[in-house]
Amino acid sequence: MELRGLSKAFGTVKANQNINLTLYNGEILALLGENGSGKTTLMNMLGGMYAPDSGTIHVNGRSVTIHSPADAIALGIGMIHQHFKLVDILTVAENIVMGTRGDRRSRAQLNEYIQSISQRFGLAVDPSRKIYTLSVGEKQTVEILKVLYRGSRILILDEPTAVLTPQEIDKLFAILRKMRDEGCAIIIITHKLNEVLAISDRVITLRKGEVVGTVNTSDADARSLTEQMVGRAVDLSIARPEPVNPKPALAVKGLTVQGTEKNKALCDVSFTLMSGEILGVAGVAGSGQRELCESIAGLQDSCAGSIRFEGEELRGLSPREIAARGVAMSFVPEDRLGMGLVGSMGMVDNMLLKKYQEQHAPLLDRKPAKDLSNRLVDRLSIMTPDVYTPVKRLSGGNVQKVLLGREIASDPKILITAYPVRGLDINSSMTIYHLLNEQKIKGVGILFIGEDLDVLLELCDRILVLCGGIMTGLVDAKNVTKEQLGLMMTGCSLEGGDRACAIPR
Amino acid sequence: MRDTEVRVRTHIVQRVAIAPGRAALYRLLAIVLALFTGGLFLLAVGFNPFPVYGTMVQGAVGSASNLREMVKIAIPLCITSLAVTLAFKMRFWNIGAEGQISAGAIAASFFALNYASWPQPLLLTVMAVAGILAGGLWGLIPAYFKARFNTNETLFTLMMNYIAIFIIQLMREGPWKDPHSGFPKVPMFEKSARMPQVLGVHAGWIVALVLVILVYVYLNRTKQGYELTVVGENENTARYAGMNVKKIILRTMFLSAAIAGLAGMLQASGADRTLTETVAGGVGFTAITVSWLSQLNPLGILIVSVLFACLDKGSGTIRSVYNISPSTSEVFQGIILFFVLGAEFFINYKIIWGRKGGANQWTH
Repeated sequence: MELRGLSKAFGTVKANQNINLTLYNGEILALLGENGSGKTTLMNMLGGMYAPDSGTIHVNGRSVTIHSPADAIALGIGMIHQHFKLVDILTVAENIVMGTRGDRRSRAQLNEYIQSISQRFGLAVDPSRKIYTLSVGEKQTVEILKVLYRGSRILILDEPTAVLTPQEIDKLFAILRKMRDEGCAIIIITHKLNEVLAISDRVITLRKGEVVGTVNTSDADARSLTEQMVGRAVDLSIARPEPVNPKPALAVKGLTVQGTEKNKALCDVSFTLMSGEILGVAGVAGSGQRELCESIAGLQDSCAGSIRFEGEELRGLSPREIAARGVAMSFVPEDRLGMGLVGSMGMVDNMLLKKYQEQHAPLLDRKPAKDLSNRLVDRLSIMTPDVYTPVKRLSGGNVQKVLLGREIASDPKILITAYPVRGLDINSSMTIYHLLNEQKIKGVGILFIGEDLDVLLELCDRILVLCGGIMTGLVDAKNVTKEQLGLMMTGCSLEGGDRACAIPR
Repeated sequence: MRDTEVRVRTHIVQRVAIAPGRAALYRLLAIVLALFTGGLFLLAVGFNPFPVYGTMVQGAVGSASNLREMVKIAIPLCITSLAVTLAFKMRFWNIGAEGQISAGAIAASFFALNYASWPQPLLLTVMAVAGILAGGLWGLIPAYFKARFNTNETLFTLMMNYIAIFIIQLMREGPWKDPHSGFPKVPMFEKSARMPQVLGVHAGWIVALVLVILVYVYLNRTKQGYELTVVGENENTARYAGMNVKKIILRTMFLSAAIAGLAGMLQASGADRTLTETVAGGVGFTAITVSWLSQLNPLGILIVSVLFACLDKGSGTIRSVYNISPSTSEVFQGIILFFVLGAEFFINYKIIWGRKGGANQWTH
């Protein structure tokens, strides 16, 4: 596949400028770039979501026009999105054939055919299982099978490793290598440099919508790639200042949360968050992290246990009651625009959210919120046309700065952050880590729900591991390896012995 | 460029933003097209469109009395649009304004019929309060079930309409039947129960103007208005910020329905001077169109409801002057609405036409 001079602009913003890119059969190409560098736009043009303003796309030497996902599929281009697009209650086979036409095979024949593809690429999954019984890694396998079934020879994977354990990542990479050896062409988009180095043959770097470099992976290292991506040298090390004078800040004992079905989403979790420390929480997505955060913040009912802050019991209180008791707690939820911010409102109205209840007059005074917005824009260098622009129009990093900035501005003693760097590029991520460390030095107790184990190991003082709602470990981050964390995430405790997840997910 | 296998399909994309001038142009174009198509329709049924249009304008705003009649139509439409806007801003689909108007009118009529001896200012005040409370309570019922059991408010409010309208029929044929009339109807209100006239129109127009300002301030400047907007935009964030979502739903819906109830009282006391089952007469549904066409902006509602009233009054006039059948004039109204509402589609979306060829032919 070859792209020649591809450009796309949104209004005055040039998302892609004159992109030239060649993808050969039998290679894995990594696409690297900060947020807003145009990776997604480029991929969406290949996937048929956007039409380029100028430039041409050639597949196997023929100039083509891709104007819908169906066109992309017809050309053998398969997209695998970060968020799985599967129907939970249907079987693997049903999900795979969904949306295709003209296949008149019987179920048994279909299952056989799918198995033959599976075996060819080493993708082990039973076609007759229902999606909801699969693990995250298996669901991803189904997504890959889906595009292979449609005859795709060009695969585009958008952040495929974000939700996987280290073991699952290894498996995925083995599959990708196998596919490459079968002659498929693969583009992988990821923020994690060590993965780029591990899996790709070549790396293309985008900056501000333009290709700024193409290198063979064997000639590159993390430092040189970052420099290319950001345009200057970036210090990639994350500081970990020693906690100063730690005192117990938040004591959680035996916390249990009922899940949506009969099983428990969180089972008997106990820990004490100290002031001035960052306590990391590791676990496969959906292991009870959300329930843990939301029950502490008063947004989720729990059925047993206690949450104590300076002797005050918080369990069972609503967010307003918690605030009314003078507990300075801030919560940065994982889906910022889904909870925490109102996307259609500007910064000013979003700042109001936290403090408006302290105003007693029926008429709102927006002045303090406007001042705070302006301060945050200056201090955190938030890129926004003005403080009234709807926050959903800002880039992911800026949205996170708005939310984190507001929460920090309220001088919390406890800060709960769920995946604070999700979807953020290296530069923004480093800014966020820096901000968290600043708070830590001020003596704030920080609960940090993370997904990148490398970051958890570097940033946190201690790490709590969850598996299916059960705490499988609470370890010192300095004395644990990534592999050990990975094992705990799948249910083994560090002391050995398989403490299988009692709760089916 | 060689031919390609893949062909571009015609499809629709949402606009990010549109220049205000361009939006105005589209709206203007829509009106021109509407008049043109409406004209063709009039020609087809045997009328010269130009004098008909002239009569329409004449009928709506051509004389002081026509103007007054037009304002009389605009009053309930404007007030009811403001009412449903409060609920819509919270993404609560209140399509029960018809019922809330009727409930307000029933409660007001109770006092109008039974306490006609009271002094006019007292009686009208009591009637207004009764209309507000009855309308509000009528709306509170579906809101309670929504907040408590998460029932579907669209169906619930719609069904409540029929209950209210049938209650009017019940009262008309039973307890409140006019003893001096051969056919079932509610007696005319005494003078003490009628809204006074100001500049030839019942004083409801003043109420409407005041409400435009009040609702504007409520939505944009008050804590409660801020809260209901947050609940409408993002309920999770509202809970996160410690808002009592259930309370906000109940409060907002009570206010929305209360305003509709007041519209019912004004219509019965000011315009109809009695209680009829057509006291709402479809205003509760037209208000939904007006509200969205005005993009939930109270000032826009004032303008749009006056324009709607002009259209309504104007087609009423051509009906009587040219002896056009009611259904013909409704088709004509429909044509005009079709284009005006259609313009909003083109303002929010653009269409990319399919064509064959390579990527270099892309233009937008």
